[in-house]
Amino acid sequence: MIRRFWLSWEALLLAMLLALIAIGWATSDVFGQGSTITLITTNSMEKALMALPMTLIIISGEIDLSVASTLGLSSAVIGKTWAAGWPLWLCIATALMVGAICGLFNGLLVTKLGLPSLVVTLGTLALYRGLAYVILGSEAISDYPDRFASFGFKEIPHTRVPWTMLVFIPLLIVLLILLHRSWIGRQIYAAGSNAEAARFSAVRVNQLKLGLFVLSGVVAAIAGVMFTARVSSSRADNATGFELDVVAAVLLGGVSIFGGRGTLIGVVLSLGVIGTLRQVLALNSSNAELQSIAIGSLLILSVLGPNLARSAAGLRSSRQFAGMRSRGATPAD
Amino acid sequence: MTSGTQLVTILGRIREAGLVAALMAIIVGVTISQPRFTSVNNIRQILLSVSILAIVAIGQTLVVLTRNIDLSVASIVGLVAYEVRDILAHNPQMSIGLAIVIGLLIGAGLGAVNGALVTVGRVPAIVATLGTLYVFRGLTFALGGGKLITASQEPPDFKRIALSRPWGIPAPIIIAAVLGLVFAYLLKYSRVGRQLYAIGSNPDAARPAGIRTNRVVFGAYVMCGLLCGVGGVLWGSRFGSIDARAASGMELQVVAAVVLGGVNIFGGSGTIVGAMLGAVLLGTIQNALTILRLNQFWIQAISGAAILLAVTIDLLITRRLRRSLTLRRAV
Repeated sequence: MIRRFWLSWEALLLAMLLALIAIGWATSDVFGQGSTITLITTNSMEKALMALPMTLIIISGEIDLSVASTLGLSSAVIGKTWAAGWPLWLCIATALMVGAICGLFNGLLVTKLGLPSLVVTLGTLALYRGLAYVILGSEAISDYPDRFASFGFKEIPHTRVPWTMLVFIPLLIVLLILLHRSWIGRQIYAAGSNAEAARFSAVRVNQLKLGLFVLSGVVAAIAGVMFTARVSSSRADNATGFELDVVAAVLLGGVSIFGGRGTLIGVVLSLGVIGTLRQVLALNSSNAELQSIAIGSLLILSVLGPNLARSAAGLRSSRQFAGMRSRGATPAD
Repeated sequence: MTSGTQLVTILGRIREAGLVAALMAIIVGVTISQPRFTSVNNIRQILLSVSILAIVAIGQTLVVLTRNIDLSVASIVGLVAYEVRDILAHNPQMSIGLAIVIGLLIGAGLGAVNGALVTVGRVPAIVATLGTLYVFRGLTFALGGGKLITASQEPPDFKRIALSRPWGIPAPIIIAAVLGLVFAYLLKYSRVGRQLYAIGSNPDAARPAGIRTNRVVFGAYVMCGLLCGVGGVLWGSRFGSIDARAASGMELQVVAAVVLGGVNIFGGSGTIVGAMLGAVLLGTIQNALTILRLNQFWIQAISGAAILLAVTIDLLITRRLRRSLTLRRAV
């Protein structure tokens, strides 16, 4: 078990994370200060949160590209209801409800109609973002009470831990147990490696996936509450484009895009690597644009490296096409 | 096999007819309340607004047909547009032809990077091109230092590429139409064109059938990059001031046009004409909203709903056709 860990992708990510921290320490005086961890965590907390259900969805063989739009829509809903004079808790509850409905709609299209989730959530990416624009237009709602705003970026008193961690950590623990220690988790892996076989083994693949999409919608809405609080403003274009960052973080964490493989620990480490890398690069140079080059290259290398190593070892991998086959044309229904 | 081919052909025709019908419905409906919708000027405006999108959609179609995807298209368009303008800003005396060639070469080169990652590196297309989406965009910032290139730095001759109007038709529209026709013809009648479909329908069967899968897929990516290069040059020519964020976010619009146009996201079926009609439909809806003075903000919601509607109708027709074809064979 221990030996297997040291040969795994997770171990490599951990090594990368430690190396980055060491580099940060060596090259910048500011890095060693406590504020760094606050900066790393608060600025990417919404993406980190959405990456958790995304991990489960990708392992189950699907994808959800609509998360950032769901975030935007829930932020718009909070803004509109708050401007209409509703109490804050009711605004937030409504936003979470809207998130659940968004996820349910995605899930129903995927499971009931059997449409590919890549296409469905691409459609709802535009649809949900569009609805956010319809609700708010070019308006910005920003007269939120201070206590709401401070939830977004302040820390728990006497600690360096941001309030938003109180959402992330419990969700992480619940999903860790769910994915790696429960029968539901085993079914998620089964559905992702071979949906057909899973179905014959009495796994309720459709119910499972429907549940995951709803979870993703709700968590995106929670991220919407956080984002609204952090920037203290609701705008229709809040968090545009976050979806690809979230997917990139999950894939860098070692989750296979074809489903069936990956761990939450890997994704958490990958989030750490990305966050620290951004911070190190931002502190060290004026060319912050190197961040996207570094993250994009890492993402490619995370798959290319093992592939090339395998080729060098003379072992031909048919994983690419094997995966494609399972995601490709479905037999006649 | 015949029933499968038949199915795909019928489906393709239904989709193209459906898109034309949807276009007609919008055009008639909007024209009744706003006659200037079908004025020559406005039609020219609609086609001009979607010409770059349509050109990139051709490239995306080539790649998607092979059961792959290119998410980096917008980054390539942006990098080419920005680099060509940057080079011209530094060398105002350079010939425009040379600048165009450089732009196209950059596009094809970046396409080759994608192609090599997917074929030689065996990185899944969605992962490889998501990675290059970031890398190419980052390069655009790194190379230009993030500065804005202003309209006054654009050589008038270069500006003329997108602004010229042979026979009263803006050049980008002509370029898009010609490229569309050429690639539609090649896909239908050339050997490589048919091979793209074969690979997408069944990669495992294509190889034993003697198709050099890797070479063809690599070629599709290079072509896609080249077409993004064309789009990038036109983008750089058309828009006076330009920064390193040019065309960002366009990748999803391109995929939307392709899917709306009936190209199967898992490869093997779809046409260039369909993909270009998809782009035109998106542009027409947007223009109709403006003309009707409706809330501009509806555009995204409507495009999203249109995609969902298109794939759902597709699915229902496929099921029905499949059933009737099976029945016919049974009899």
